[in-house]
Amino acid sequence: MQPTVQATEFAVHTSGAAIFVAKGLAKTYQMGEVTVTALVDVDLTVYKGEFIVLLGPSGSGKSTLLNILGGLDSPTSGSATFEDDDLTAATDTELTTYRREHVGFVFQFYNLIPSLTVRENVELVTDIATNPMPALEALALVGLADRVDHFPSQLSGGEQQRVAIARAIVKRPDVLLCDEPTGALDYVTGKLVLEVIANINRDLGTTAIVITHNAAIAGMADRVLYLGEGRVQRIEVNAKKMQPSELAW
Amino acid sequence: MKTLNKKLLRDLSLMWSQALTIALVVASGVAGFITSFSAYDALSWSRDLYYADARFAEVFATLQRAPLSLEPQLQAMAGAAHVETSHAQVVPISIADVVDPIVGLLLGTDPLVPQRLNTVSLRSGRMMGERRNGAMEALVSEGFAVARKLKPGDQVTALINGRQQVLLIVGLALSPEYVFAGLGGSPDRRGFGVFWVDKQTLAAAYSMEGAFNQVAVRLAPGASEGEVIDQLNRLLARYGGHNAHGRDLQMSHLTLSSEISQQRVMGTVLPSIFLAVAAFLLNVVLGRQIATQREQIAALKALGYDNWAIGLHYLKLVLLIVAAGVILGLALGAVMGKLFVGLYADSFRFPDMHFRLRPDLVLVVMGVTLSAAVLATLHAIRSTVLLAPAEAMRAPSPGIYKPMLMERWGLQKWLSPALRMVLRTMTRRPLRTSLTVFGVAMSMAIVVTGSFMRDSVAVLMETIFRQTLRGDVMGVFLEATPARVLYALGKLPHVTAVEAQRSVAVQLVNVHHSWRGNLVGKAQHPELSRIVDMDYHSFSTPFEGLLLTDRLAARLHLQVGDMVRVELQEGRREVLQLPVSGLVHDMMGMNAYLERHTLNALLREGDIVNSFALAVERGFEPALLERIKELPRVSMVVSKSTMARNIEDATVGNLLMFSAVLTAFAIVIAVGVVYNHARIALAERAWELASLRVLGFTRSEVSAILLGELAIEIVLAMPLGMLMGYLLSRIIVSAIQSDEFFFPFVISPATYAFSAICVVVAGVVSAFIVRRRVDGLDLVGVLKTRE
Repeated sequence: MQPTVQATEFAVHTSGAAIFVAKGLAKTYQMGEVTVTALVDVDLTVYKGEFIVLLGPSGSGKSTLLNILGGLDSPTSGSATFEDDDLTAATDTELTTYRREHVGFVFQFYNLIPSLTVRENVELVTDIATNPMPALEALALVGLADRVDHFPSQLSGGEQQRVAIARAIVKRPDVLLCDEPTGALDYVTGKLVLEVIANINRDLGTTAIVITHNAAIAGMADRVLYLGEGRVQRIEVNAKKMQPSELAW
Repeated sequence: MKTLNKKLLRDLSLMWSQALTIALVVASGVAGFITSFSAYDALSWSRDLYYADARFAEVFATLQRAPLSLEPQLQAMAGAAHVETSHAQVVPISIADVVDPIVGLLLGTDPLVPQRLNTVSLRSGRMMGERRNGAMEALVSEGFAVARKLKPGDQVTALINGRQQVLLIVGLALSPEYVFAGLGGSPDRRGFGVFWVDKQTLAAAYSMEGAFNQVAVRLAPGASEGEVIDQLNRLLARYGGHNAHGRDLQMSHLTLSSEISQQRVMGTVLPSIFLAVAAFLLNVVLGRQIATQREQIAALKALGYDNWAIGLHYLKLVLLIVAAGVILGLALGAVMGKLFVGLYADSFRFPDMHFRLRPDLVLVVMGVTLSAAVLATLHAIRSTVLLAPAEAMRAPSPGIYKPMLMERWGLQKWLSPALRMVLRTMTRRPLRTSLTVFGVAMSMAIVVTGSFMRDSVAVLMETIFRQTLRGDVMGVFLEATPARVLYALGKLPHVTAVEAQRSVAVQLVNVHHSWRGNLVGKAQHPELSRIVDMDYHSFSTPFEGLLLTDRLAARLHLQVGDMVRVELQEGRREVLQLPVSGLVHDMMGMNAYLERHTLNALLREGDIVNSFALAVERGFEPALLERIKELPRVSMVVSKSTMARNIEDATVGNLLMFSAVLTAFAIVIAVGVVYNHARIALAERAWELASLRVLGFTRSEVSAILLGELAIEIVLAMPLGMLMGYLLSRIIVSAIQSDEFFFPFVISPATYAFSAICVVVAGVVSAFIVRRRVDGLDLVGVLKTRE
């Protein structure tokens, strides 16, 4: 485990511009006949350009937190802002615009449209984004420029996840939200995908929040949030970010 | 949105078989609508145009003979705008090398004076003059000419007042009175022809100079038809006229109207069923499609697509399927509409009847179909699209299953686990299960509707030609004739039996209910022209009172034992009081019967007859017909077998085509419902079925669980389908039935069986396709996916 410092100290050596501020977030939802409490009173500030890893067992509320920050879900109570815009007060249309312009999502199961080719999956976003990069450029960034006409079913899991990342970054998002991006991948492929995410964070300055339950991945983050039972249990700050190639699990 | 459209097309190509079955159901409905309504449109449009153009009369009367000096009085009737009198004569017609007896109606027309009512329009050839080389020039009705392949220049022979007279056909013509012209109102177009001949020549042949025996009246605007009829009956009474009537009893108009209203019923009822089934299929299939794409929808939302864009995306899918169906249906409807209108043009002769695809019909059918499709799917689209994206990304929670009623009663021990699974699935989605049952039942109902007409026509033919008419040759005398003529008829070679009847015009009155028609005097136990009810019970003719058609008794509010006032319209025009001694549920017309001698005694006219029936030794009918044609007193003779054959020729082809089209449509529905249902059941339960396979169930056992549900639904649909087929056919028959004509409503067990077989075949074929998919279930693959 790398040396860490407390969260309060971290704010001292960042640019200080907060991109997300969440206060007292709570979320409960119905699953069939069961009521699930996903989040309880979460406070959080995320700064521009940060690389954050959310760690925690399944059911700890990681995905719910990420979904709320990404405008996919709304909290039962509490508030969350993106650059001073209140996400909890936003209408459905405003949330859609927010996702369209600012957020790139990467999911554990890639969520590619199976009936569209690699290029078309990316073009799905260039069709609606205001200032996207060319689809091929995004695919080149993830090392898939040579497979653009393949369908998802013709790709390996790692390749599919890289398409999903290309699709997420092609709009030049302000934040990249990744829900277990390596969860369905093997060790080598998983590392490759993490590499891509780290590069985007470093080279494009995109704020990245990555969910994982693989503690080893925490080493590549600026800060690591430990979630359990719907609460932030603790926050660790990495003094030195590791390269994905240096990680081992 | 370009990329989203690509997804749309690829999704569509993946679900092509389901999309195709739905599009075909839509196409069937649209085609049915276009076919029926274009036939309806062609008939009613041609009718209205032609009636106005040819100034079709509104009131009609026939009489024996009245002087032209009566005309001013007729013209003066209140409510009559114009009255036209004419001379008509029924004669036997012979065509060289044709043995069949043919009935001809000669109509005297003055080629130089334009008619003001029921004008004759020339279709080919020229107007007739008087005579040429001894032949009487004539125009012939086009329908008959076509059926008998007659053209200008051909000759036929008419027996005019006992003399063989050659008629030289100079032209083919139409009249609004004979748009539909078949023998005795039947579809036998070969047995009945209308001939327009020079008025003076015809009058001279029958000593009818300065006289007439037909009246046609055009009503003044706002005039009461009933009042004009009453005045006409009063004025014509002493001239043997007693049966003035409106268009409603004019044979051609009656048949045409019944056909038009039938097409309207068909065009409304059947397409509605197809539309309902298509809507149901779209709802189920699209609902399923959306459910499987929950995660894709969530991804699209995460990427920033708004609800409208996603909703529209799925709506486009629906609209594409439906639009394909509509286009196919319009094309099919245009082809079938043309075909149907062509068939109608054989039976109903208009100067101009053609198929047209009316833009407003096309717009209506498009509007109705597309809105039904959108309405049917809007809910499914809306509910999923409105899901919060994070919720859409979670797998749907497992369906809520509850113990069935049967189980709460403790009957579950009788059910195998597989059957329990099947029944629980069915009861968990009662609406979908019942709609599936309903859809399959509907397809059965449509097969029944398409085929029952053959049963009914078979019964109709049996009733008329085997049960009622037992003789071989029927004839009508020119005028009432002493019964001793029967001896002469009986002595004709090869005649084995003779029977005659007397009919006399009467008005039956019961308080303020009345009916004008004929009282028929028959032998006590008629053998050659029987009185038979719809159950084929034969009746004897009563001596003491009247035997009435039950519909007639109902109209007059009479029951057996009641007295009825019989006002004779002929001879001494006496008024009698007779009891109703029996009722008969017979098929054709409204009839009143009395034993012939009793009737003649009441008339105090001696034993008189005016029509006859003969039984002939097998094989000698043609020879006999030749002899009868020479008899001067016979105005009309009909061969039963020829008439039956002609009717069959005219109807069987049409009925078969109608039945084939509807059966094909019904199979489209059955396959659409069963196949889609099976595909969806498979998709929804692939995970469950694969799990069972992993647990050690065989392919057959797994298929049985899936297909068992289908089998149960088809079995449930059978009685319902038969019932609905019965009701639907009833609706269609009610468009044909009238007081005058009890169209037999019969559905044979074979028809029900046929409809059941169609549905079972559709089910088996669908099951077979789905079974192959079950066999091909990728066990590992299915278990890896979340659904």
